[in-house]
Amino acid sequence: MSDWYMVTVVGHDQPGIVAKVTHALSEGGWGLGESSMTRLGGNFTIMMMVGGVGDEAALAQVVEPAASALGLHVHIDRIQAEMHQHPNPNVHVRVYGADRTGIVADVTGRLATAGLTILDLNSEVGGTSDEPVYVMVLDGFVENGIDALDQALADLSNQGLKIDVEPVDVMMG
Amino acid sequence: MAVLHILTYPDSRLSDVALAVTEFDASLQQLVADLQETMLDGPSAVGIAAPQVGVRLRVAIVDVGPMLESGQKRKPKSSYNGRLVLVNPEIVERDGKVTGREGCLSVPDYTGNVLRADSVRVRAQDVLGGVQEIACSGFESRAIQHEMDHLDGKLFLDRVLSSRELFRRKI
Repeated sequence: MSDWYMVTVVGHDQPGIVAKVTHALSEGGWGLGESSMTRLGGNFTIMMMVGGVGDEAALAQVVEPAASALGLHVHIDRIQAEMHQHPNPNVHVRVYGADRTGIVADVTGRLATAGLTILDLNSEVGGTSDEPVYVMVLDGFVENGIDALDQALADLSNQGLKIDVEPVDVMMG
Repeated sequence: MAVLHILTYPDSRLSDVALAVTEFDASLQQLVADLQETMLDGPSAVGIAAPQVGVRLRVAIVDVGPMLESGQKRKPKSSYNGRLVLVNPEIVERDGKVTGREGCLSVPDYTGNVLRADSVRVRAQDVLGGVQEIACSGFESRAIQHEMDHLDGKLFLDRVLSSRELFRRKI
């Protein structure tokens, strides 16, 4: 049975990071589960479920030399790998508006109170440096319908944020 | 009628291109009846194609009625042409692009976002061989395109936009 860890690698972006880090893992006998890589503000970030036989120190001995050679930081956490128990999203929320501090906190705080579990969230700042626009999209799961989400977000719509809450209808065929 | 066994990925028969129906006989009617019963036996399915039950023929059923008539307040945008039996279907017009989430009886546990034409006009034969042309939009259009992909040996996995919600690893 595998031991599973969440390995986070962060640093200055450069070509070949994924190839070199995953090659080191593979050579060390560690396999990948789910992973997510993205660039945030020009920085490289990746989170990988890594499985194999060994403790945290053994995994660090494999991944840290490869990451250090690229000037990257590594963080390792032991995890339980039970990803198949995640529910599918049934709500999609789009938010945009003039950038200000606290948009994510305002929106997600109200959504949490209304019963939403966030399953995936991405945000970025667009527009111009003089007039930045904050854009956030998230998928989530709500047990008791989405009307409560609309009501919870109504006051933010009145404060200049454009918010759309839509059901996610899965076509099964 | 009978509930048929549904093939699941990676069964290689799901990748076969189905053959045109040339005989509009009792066995075709039986296949359609069995597909209908198999579809209704599945988890909220609104369509099924013959290759999913191991029959290499260009036959599919689509009926989005249960989805549109469900109790939820915000129903998906969709045309509704009733229960559609599509034999040798072809898309003769397509318009617009829209992303939506799909799952598949042949790909248990996974769903994914797929880009499809928003509306299509489909020319198909019915179970007796008569030619029909159907204009579909929204959810019904998506269901038809999904089922027609099965006839060409394609799964929604071949068109998925993001792997984020796929490949959930079962330990």
